[in-house]
Amino acid sequence: MIAGFTVAQVIVACVAGLLCTVLGLARRRPNDLTLGALVVVEVLLLAQLVIALVAPALGNPPHGSVPLFYVYLISALLIPPLAVFWGLIERTRWSTVVLGVAAFAIAVMVVRMQQIWTP
Amino acid sequence: MSGAQNSETPEAAASVSGPSVTEAPARRTGAGVGRVLVAVYAILALAATGRSVFQIIDRFGEAPVAFLLSALAGVIYIVATIALGARLRTLALVTISIELIGVLVVGTLSLVAPALLGLHSLDPFGRDSTVWSAFGAGYLLVPLVLPVLGLLYLRASRSSGGARGATRRAKA
Repeated sequence: MIAGFTVAQVIVACVAGLLCTVLGLARRRPNDLTLGALVVVEVLLLAQLVIALVAPALGNPPHGSVPLFYVYLISALLIPPLAVFWGLIERTRWSTVVLGVAAFAIAVMVVRMQQIWTP
Repeated sequence: MSGAQNSETPEAAASVSGPSVTEAPARRTGAGVGRVLVAVYAILALAATGRSVFQIIDRFGEAPVAFLLSALAGVIYIVATIALGARLRTLALVTISIELIGVLVVGTLSLVAPALLGLHSLDPFGRDSTVWSAFGAGYLLVPLVLPVLGLLYLRASRSSGGARGATRRAKA
C-alpha cells in the first residue's frame, strides 16, 4: 500500500460517510450525489486492489499477514455495492444513512489494511 | 414493499413533532431506522466472523477459548442481523441479549482475568484479541453500544406497533 493514497482514501470515505449520514438524517432519499459518493469510494478500493497486487513486485511487500489483508480488502470491496444496491431498491432516507455507515466502515477497514501492510 | 412505502408519509408527518422513535406510527422491526441498525449489524457480523475464521485457521492453538468465543459472537451477530432484517422479534431479542451479556462478561474477564480466556495482551488489534475483548475497544466500542441500541429499538418498535393498530382502527 501507499501511505499517501491510503490517507486520501480514508479522507474521501469519511467525507462520503459524513455527507450521506447528514443528508440521510435531513430526510433525503438516496440520490445521484450520495450514491455517486459510494461509487467513488468503490473506485478507490479497486485502485487499492491494483496497488496491492502490483506493489510487492516494485519492492513494497506487505509486512503483515497477506491472507488477512485480502480478507479485509475483498470484504471492503463488497460493502459499497451492497449499500448502493440497498439504496436503489429501498428508497427511504434511512438507506442514505446506510450509505454513510458503509462509507465509514470502509474508512476503518482501510486504516486496518494499512496497519497490516506496514511494519 | 408497499408497507415500506406506506410508512413514509406518516413517518414524515410524525417526525415534524420531533425525532422520537416511539411517535412514528408505522414503525416495525426492520423498517425505517431499523434498516440502519440492520446495516451496522451486518458489517459487525462480517467483521467478527471474518476475523474469527481467520484466527481459527491461522493460529487456533494460541488462544482457543478466545477464538471460539469470537466465532460464537460472529454467529450470533449473523443471526441477529437476519432476525432484525426478517422481523423475527423474539429471535432478535434473544440474540441481542446474548450479545449484551457476552460483551459485558467477556469484556470484564479480558480486563480482570485475561489468562482465563488465554489472552496474552490487551492490544485491541493484537494477535489473540476478539470482538468482545476490552468491551469491543478494537471495534470502536460498537459491540458494546450496538446491543443497547438494538434493545431500545426493539422496545420502541413494539410500543409503536400498538399505535399503528390504533391508527388502522381509527381509519376503519
